[in-house]
Amino acid sequence: MELLWDGYIEPLVWIVAKILAIVVPLLVAVAYLTYAERKVIGAIQLRKGPNVVGPFGLLQPLADGLKLFLKETIIPTSANKGVFIIAPMLTFILAIIAWAVIPFDEGMVLADLNVGILYLFAISSLGVYGIVMAGWASNSKYAFLGALRSGAQMVSYEISIGLIIISVLLTTGSLNLSDIVRGQIGGVWEWNFVYHFPMFIVFIVSILAETNRAPFDLPEAEAELVSGYNVDYSAMTFALFFLGEYANMILMSGLCAVLFLGGWTAPLPFLDFIPGAIWFILKICFVLFIFLWVRATFPRYRYDQLMRLGWKIFLPLSFAWVMLVATFLVVFDKVPA
Amino acid sequence: MVVQALAFYLFATIAVLSATAVVTVRNPVHSVLLLILTFFNAAGLFVLLGAEFLAMLLVVVYVGAVAVLFLFVVMMLDINFVEMRQGFLNYLPIGVLIAVVLFVELAFVGAGWTLTDEAVAVLAQPTPAGVGNVEALGRLIYTDYAYIFQSAGLVLLVAMIGAIVLTLRHREGVRRQKISEQVKRTRADTLEIKKVPVGRGI
Repeated sequence: MELLWDGYIEPLVWIVAKILAIVVPLLVAVAYLTYAERKVIGAIQLRKGPNVVGPFGLLQPLADGLKLFLKETIIPTSANKGVFIIAPMLTFILAIIAWAVIPFDEGMVLADLNVGILYLFAISSLGVYGIVMAGWASNSKYAFLGALRSGAQMVSYEISIGLIIISVLLTTGSLNLSDIVRGQIGGVWEWNFVYHFPMFIVFIVSILAETNRAPFDLPEAEAELVSGYNVDYSAMTFALFFLGEYANMILMSGLCAVLFLGGWTAPLPFLDFIPGAIWFILKICFVLFIFLWVRATFPRYRYDQLMRLGWKIFLPLSFAWVMLVATFLVVFDKVPA
Repeated sequence: MVVQALAFYLFATIAVLSATAVVTVRNPVHSVLLLILTFFNAAGLFVLLGAEFLAMLLVVVYVGAVAVLFLFVVMMLDINFVEMRQGFLNYLPIGVLIAVVLFVELAFVGAGWTLTDEAVAVLAQPTPAGVGNVEALGRLIYTDYAYIFQSAGLVLLVAMIGAIVLTLRHREGVRRQKISEQVKRTRADTLEIKKVPVGRGI
């Protein structure tokens, strides 16, 4: 009995507690990201944004969530029911489980995998299934076109993201996310974005495309496709897509912070007394603000331009950068052990 | 160890069941989705074997890229399911033959693996001691067998070029956007400012 408790039940309880400690704040963050989005875009367009429900409209996301929760879930008669229901769940679960390897602070990580970055890459490459399945199962032309666009887009930009990750890994010498951050300790001039500056920009643009955000939000182009792959979804099934999309935005911002902005490290050494988790969250907020800022500033890309940018510009550019970094490391004998 | 054993049986059962379902379900899209489930469980088995790098690669390459293309193609097929079932008996003997050959080969491999001493020695220690998964594989591919790996890459490159050449066709009369020309354009090329006298027009 004691063995059972010490060997299995206690670790299980601990892991569940840790998972809750990540997931619950994440869901709250998703809710308030929608609020921040409306407030920031409102400010950019000289409007007030939500300001009616609660003080400063702070209860607006809760009201929206409640509304979605109380609505009726409609499943179209011609839909492929099983796949139709699994698709939003898949999107949501994938957006959540990727957080297992994100290091919030030194040692503050759920699973310190040796192949952490590959795990993240694998999970994000699965994200396309939720969308493609939703589009196909809805059995509607708008949804299907949206899904096809989205699938092609996510697959295309994944390649440049992968190559950018490789060039960062070359300078770090580890696939472990915590080690990647540890390689950047020592202030803002040690962060990877200084050394990989062109790739930092390409990465930001690629994660915009990867998360289907403006100006690359073609999958849900309201004007042509009504709302893309999720036209036929309602109530909680829709809410799961929505949560998944925003959780993915936060995740990609976290990845950007880990790879380029020094993760939990302080920008200046004397600021080390502030806990690392706070720096990490601030960096995520910074990248998220770029997401919102871009959405309010740029018009939507045309589809062929999007593909051209991904395949003819970003792909060769990131390939060239990988070669350049590798050559530099070998020639100057700086390959990390 | 109990948890590992349970996890193994879970992954193995789902992998076998979904692999069986891949060939038995009627809807080809369901087939592809089940195939993805099979890949995923195979990745789980790799993790249990301590080959986490291979597991992640399996997910990234097969699930994340190859199966997506499968799914794309299959989704766009317009298939009459009744017609598809009709040829079933005609192809049955060939299918059974292939299955038997594959099974016999697998049995040989399995028998060889468990019986020879060399195989047992490798089995006990999948990677050299003190070296991580990624490093061990990298050393094998990029140091020990670099030339073979390079030639495999060349074969793939040739295959890719071949596929592109076979499907490449130039269409006449397509207007393409030339971004460099658009950027090079100056105001003088496109705009002409004219003073229009009142009441006369141009």
